[in-house]
Amino acid sequence: MNDAPQGVGAALPRKEDERYMRGRGRYIADIKPNGVRDVAFVRSPLAHARIRDIRIPPDIRSQVFIAEDLNGVRAIRAVSALPGFKVSEQPILAIDKVRYVGEIVAVCVAATRAEAEDLAAMVDIDYEELPANHDMLQARSPDAALIHEDWSENSFLESFVDVGDIEAIATQASIKVEREFRTARQCMAPIEGRGVVAEWDTRLEQLILHSATQMPHIVRSGLAECLNLDHGRIRVIAPDVGGGFGYKGILLTEEVALAWLTRRLGRPVRWIEDRREHLTANANCREHHYKITAYADADGKLLGLEAEAHVDSGAYSAYPFSACLESAQVGSILPGPYDFEAFRCRTWSSCTNKAPILPYRGVARTGVCFALELVLDAIAREAGRDPHDIRLSNLPSPNAMPFDNITAKHFDSGDYPTCLKTAVEAINFEGIRARQKTPEADGRDIGVGFSIFCEQGAHGTTVYAGWGIPMVPGHEQCSARITPDGELELRIGAHSHGQGLETTLAQVAHEILGIDPGCVRLVHGDTGVTPYSTGTWGSRCMVMSGGAVATACEALAERAKRIGASLLQAEEAEVRIEGGSVVAPNSDISLTDIAKVWYLKPQDLPSDVDPSGLEVTVGYKPEVDTGTFSYAAHAAVVAVDTETGHIEILDYVVVEDGGVLVNPMIADGQVYGGTIQGIGTALYEEMIYDERGQPLASTLADYLLPGSVEAPNIRVIHMETPSPYTRFGQKGIGESGAIGPPAAIGNAVNDAISKYNTEIHELPITPRRVLTALQKAQS
Amino acid sequence: MKPAHFEYERPSTIDGVAELLADNNIFNRVLAGGQSLGPMLNLRLAQPERLIDITSIPELKRADRDGDYLTLGACVTHSSLEDGAAKGFAHGILESVARGIACRAVRNRGTIGGSIAHADPAADWPVVLLALGAEITVSSANEQRHMSLAEFLKAPFETALQRGEILTAVHIPSVPQNARWGYYKFCRMHGHFAETIAGVFLDPDRGTSRAVIGATEARPTIIETTFTDNNAMEVIEAHIPNADWYQRKLHSVALKRALEEARA
Repeated sequence: MNDAPQGVGAALPRKEDERYMRGRGRYIADIKPNGVRDVAFVRSPLAHARIRDIRIPPDIRSQVFIAEDLNGVRAIRAVSALPGFKVSEQPILAIDKVRYVGEIVAVCVAATRAEAEDLAAMVDIDYEELPANHDMLQARSPDAALIHEDWSENSFLESFVDVGDIEAIATQASIKVEREFRTARQCMAPIEGRGVVAEWDTRLEQLILHSATQMPHIVRSGLAECLNLDHGRIRVIAPDVGGGFGYKGILLTEEVALAWLTRRLGRPVRWIEDRREHLTANANCREHHYKITAYADADGKLLGLEAEAHVDSGAYSAYPFSACLESAQVGSILPGPYDFEAFRCRTWSSCTNKAPILPYRGVARTGVCFALELVLDAIAREAGRDPHDIRLSNLPSPNAMPFDNITAKHFDSGDYPTCLKTAVEAINFEGIRARQKTPEADGRDIGVGFSIFCEQGAHGTTVYAGWGIPMVPGHEQCSARITPDGELELRIGAHSHGQGLETTLAQVAHEILGIDPGCVRLVHGDTGVTPYSTGTWGSRCMVMSGGAVATACEALAERAKRIGASLLQAEEAEVRIEGGSVVAPNSDISLTDIAKVWYLKPQDLPSDVDPSGLEVTVGYKPEVDTGTFSYAAHAAVVAVDTETGHIEILDYVVVEDGGVLVNPMIADGQVYGGTIQGIGTALYEEMIYDERGQPLASTLADYLLPGSVEAPNIRVIHMETPSPYTRFGQKGIGESGAIGPPAAIGNAVNDAISKYNTEIHELPITPRRVLTALQKAQS
Repeated sequence: MKPAHFEYERPSTIDGVAELLADNNIFNRVLAGGQSLGPMLNLRLAQPERLIDITSIPELKRADRDGDYLTLGACVTHSSLEDGAAKGFAHGILESVARGIACRAVRNRGTIGGSIAHADPAADWPVVLLALGAEITVSSANEQRHMSLAEFLKAPFETALQRGEILTAVHIPSVPQNARWGYYKFCRMHGHFAETIAGVFLDPDRGTSRAVIGATEARPTIIETTFTDNNAMEVIEAHIPNADWYQRKLHSVALKRALEEARA
């Protein structure tokens, strides 16, 4: 037994890295069943068009499948119960019409992917092009062509929030700041793309669908609906998944198509997404537009916010999160962590001729944080105060915790002012202000900027019941069993796509049972052998699966104690679990020995032994299930080259409070990775669409993802304010890093160029946008 | 994103290449490092019937100084220049520029000949070599032709290569002791395609100066002697009138900074 700490709070090296670092992970493209056929899709080259005719050469007709071939397959319907929500029918293969570039029209099957692509090139489709809705504001104009022709307008949902008396605030406020912001459409970019391998098991009469997914159980439910199959006849297996970030939190039309196809062909089929279809068919996140008016008193105390926000939701409502999750979330989270009196916000989920929107790491928060935090800095400039100073006047005090904000968000715990002050000190704000007084030797302008925000994680039943989308998270379950050799097997329905759950959940088990984390095996990513779960999303696993594992281990401990007490001839009340053993006052027995007797030498068990055994399945949910509120302050120092518009990040600090950290090293990794993605949002990533709705980047030479050279040395400082509601005080922090950077960097750039009386309001902050802002100020 | 079907040959002599290229019944593409052609094949933007891989021809990998010229075979890689295959030539401009091309993995395979023959205006070598007044040799089954690089590069992705011909060598004239160079490239991210490139070559002995601007809509623009320390924008407006204001701005900054470096 290793004496070093291995439980909650230990920076244990990741168990799964043994295989990942040696290249022994098994990903979707590593799965090649015998006789597998490769699939390539014919995807729409147009954003909005009627399909007049599909011509398939007769000699390849048996290898090509179109909508009319898909007997009995139902469209994907991702509903929401929010009032006024319009439901879209997303066909598996396009019927009559295509609604975005990349929508699948036909499936081609051949012995190799190259040959399948040859077939795809031979399918000749006659389109009648329709006017494209390429922009979320344009799509709502009265003369815009309707994407779903039975709708009255191109909008999935309009929502409205109105709290407090904004009119009264407007008349009394000394400072009024009006701004318009826009964030780019992005394409989430896990290193591994999507992929599906489907086969039909004739013995079990069961579909075996391997998919690089974050949520195998939800995919199973979705497939059951679309294919009209019982759940028991579908087994979804997610192997090692090389990053998700939300990109793999969806029921794919590709999954439904391949599930149907494998039965039709009687052989396994597979599709491995390539980078071109990834970029051209799936730029599906982040695109927001805001008009914000903020009211403050002369000192910059925020009084009220009024906003109109649009989210470009794309052509269909994606399953299970729906087309409205993001825009309706804008309405509830725009107030950020601030305390003020009046809030009015109207939001629209615009329906456009683009790929259906998916929640990307941080979901709506990244855009919201950018808009709100730039407004805060504008108020600070109006009030003549430092940016952190103005925030300190508006943040809730730690004594106010738990704090219910203006949109009834329940902040569980935290010390926001200390978090911000720590960032101010760490970035050396005073030093930067002093440095700004003299010109830089290289002629660049230096700026410093902050953002502070919260991240709601692991929000549960009460939050999602109100959305009425196809899934509502309930009790998270864990099955735990001790095997005959004394190892612990944990089965959960969530799935790791890089989070390190094999390590952190073993640490949780160690915390309860004292068992060596090396003897804990996590089984996940397979609906056939794990309990139901909505999967891995919303920064929920450490709270929900962590809580479930702890609860299951506690239940198992009770079982082991009863058997152990019998074997030790002690009273059950006298024994405890410690260091992987059942310990009585004068003797002890290891879990391994208990398992050995239970399974292999039952003749040694007393006749009155508790027969329940060494295997349990339990559910867990925090008593307050509105979620944990982790929060962070980001601080950036940038240098702006006003001749080229180039921005260099000189320094970057993250002060993060994720509650009790189960594994601080893994938490660091989450923050680093997220922050670099946030830098991508801030400075690089943008899928531009032309007026015909054509995405203009089709390779990574055009769609810029930050690399190691663009990543600054990020300095992470942790605070650990426990959540009062979770098993160990832990909070979800998986998304946080990706939320703060556009706001902190945007504010730093605006600080640098404020002497030219200009501001940036659009992401990403490209050299062209910087030069445009400077040029506007000159003219 | 898998290439369409193609045949593959890898001859070991230039004559062997010329013989294959002389066959008019098949659509050939010459493959050197494949750093541009590879992606084009995968994207099916290029669908040759046959690839002729020239990387096993020893003659195409030479780097010799003969008289007043440095001659580089078409298959000399960026990384070999970075590592000093022509160390110190032209006051070190070749190794310096090579070091800034994309990333090392690309430089290990990408070749100087491939870069010139691809004729991407955002590539480094056309800019540098135009500034240095380089010449090239093209070979076919029957003859060799020599011409200046300026004659060879006709337009973006378009050269004077004729059917059956292959670029075999580039010849760079020696640089006088007093000559100076400056080179400035601006990319949005490290190793990515340039937004602008300026190469400046000053020869005080002959009283000549030349600037070349790359990453242009047309082929790289050669500017002779008309630029000074403070007229970059006017020069760019005169020579690249079709560029939009942003590109003009970047080109003028690049010209100014390259000139500053040359004078430093």
